[in-house]
Amino acid sequence: MSKMIQTDKLVFEYIRRDEEGNVEGITRAVDEVDLSVEPGQFIAILGHNGSGKSTLAKHFNALLYPTEGEVHVDGMLTEDEEHLWDIRQEAGMIFQNPDNQIIGQVVEEDVGFGPENMGVPTEEIWERVDESLRAVRMDKYRKASPNHLSGGQKQRVSIAGVIAMHPKCIIMDEPTAMLDPNGRREVIRAARGLNQVEGITIILITHYMEEVVDADKVFVMDRGRVVMEGTPRGIFKRVDELKALRLGVPQVTLLAHELRQAGLPIPDPILTRKELIDALKKLRAEGYML
Amino acid sequence: MAILLNHVNYIYDEDTAMANAALIDVSLKIPDGQFIGIIGHTGSGKSTLIQHMNGLIAPSSGQIFFNNEDICDRDYNKKNLRARVGLVFQYPEHQLFETDCFKDVCFGPKNLGLSQKDAELRAYTALKQVGLEDEYFYQSPFDLSGGQKRRVAIAGVLAMNPEVLILDEPTAGLDPKGREEILGLISELHRKTGITIILVSHSMEDVADYVERIIVMNRGRVTFDGEPKEVFSHYKELEEMGLAAPQVTYCMQELREAGFDVDTSVTTLLEAKNEILKAFMKC
Repeated sequence: MSKMIQTDKLVFEYIRRDEEGNVEGITRAVDEVDLSVEPGQFIAILGHNGSGKSTLAKHFNALLYPTEGEVHVDGMLTEDEEHLWDIRQEAGMIFQNPDNQIIGQVVEEDVGFGPENMGVPTEEIWERVDESLRAVRMDKYRKASPNHLSGGQKQRVSIAGVIAMHPKCIIMDEPTAMLDPNGRREVIRAARGLNQVEGITIILITHYMEEVVDADKVFVMDRGRVVMEGTPRGIFKRVDELKALRLGVPQVTLLAHELRQAGLPIPDPILTRKELIDALKKLRAEGYML
Repeated sequence: MAILLNHVNYIYDEDTAMANAALIDVSLKIPDGQFIGIIGHTGSGKSTLIQHMNGLIAPSSGQIFFNNEDICDRDYNKKNLRARVGLVFQYPEHQLFETDCFKDVCFGPKNLGLSQKDAELRAYTALKQVGLEDEYFYQSPFDLSGGQKRRVAIAGVLAMNPEVLILDEPTAGLDPKGREEILGLISELHRKTGITIILVSHSMEDVADYVERIIVMNRGRVTFDGEPKEVFSHYKELEEMGLAAPQVTYCMQELREAGFDVDTSVTTLLEAKNEILKAFMKC
């Protein structure tokens, strides 16, 4: 079985120009990235502003092409023009601002736009709209105007629009950056559901460390390179390194880290509140005192 | 008293079939020098509220006073008000437009009628206040990183010498370190200059760490108004409004349920750490 996404020494450079259009220099935004994503995985990509995460992600559905190296999506080379539409259908993309990606006047119309463009027969379009809206729990709003939805609801409609194209993979570029706590929860829950129930590969780019703890694998980027790679447990152990990369860890992980430094023997790392409470209960049962 | 809202109502599209109440009977006192957080889910009325505070929106009914003057008065100098109550919008870097950072920050004070020299002095002070290094002063704002651009945009408002600074989600879209830098800068500014700061945020942890008072908006009404500890003790009601308490507050609740003797009103990491260590030191 081919990998969902595979990059081979991927380099992306863009040319900076001054106001007269003269070349000022070349910026290497992605620098020799080798990365592979298995079908059905939940992947997270972390990195500070300007680390190259979004530029990398845009290669995953052929919005950008490598300067050097290759990208394969489900075995198809992205530079092969004959595969372009297959790739865009298989790998869908969700962006930060829901208002920039909703075009329909009515929710169901927006969700049906993708499959309609693909030439899906009308009857099947409606079936797909139904199932997609159900998958993100927005079926109640199918006749609503997108203007009257909350940020989290709009973002879920955007996701439904992608699902209706029956993708194998969804790439989400900071989908929760503009949302309130509830909206963030809704979107992450929808992403996890699609991954677990429908087996869709998810690639989540985020600045919120809490959203990453359940991922199968985390990639951390800095200056265009992948500088850390591993499970959330492996990554969040390296608190000081993450801080040096302008990142952080979830607040409970940090609390546990500080308690450990103050002398409490708590396992490293702690990723959830439950783990912290359980560890502290165990210490108490053992009669541990400082 | 810097700002006073007296039974303010605001209805969008009043007198049409689309009429929609965005603020309902809002009364607030904002004294000089406070550091305030406003939280609420999307659509709760936060943005409408702050736009009333510098006269961008006039209330459908009720009064708003700034330094004891009614800002809805016909003769009231609104232009002056907008310099004294500075509003930094969401993603303010989208409003940068000049060819270099220094000129961009000069734009506001020049519009106030200041001389070139005074405007430049103001711009210099403001850029220093936001911690922008000298080497970036004459660069195009578009060549800076996201965090730097945002600091330049904030400097543009600071150069107006506001008495009240309102920031709408100043950390949205920034990486964790960038968030920390912007919030550190705002808190430093508050400490050094004593200006009133109103911070609108979706991050409960950020609000808990920095502000002295939290105003919670829900469906156009002020639902809670108090110190962080007091407000976050209503975490169950906050959840029903689509909000939450900081993670550490939940940790303390759960520890208490598990029989630990800890204070559940904790809202910051440092307090949580001290409470837990204390629990392992007694007996």
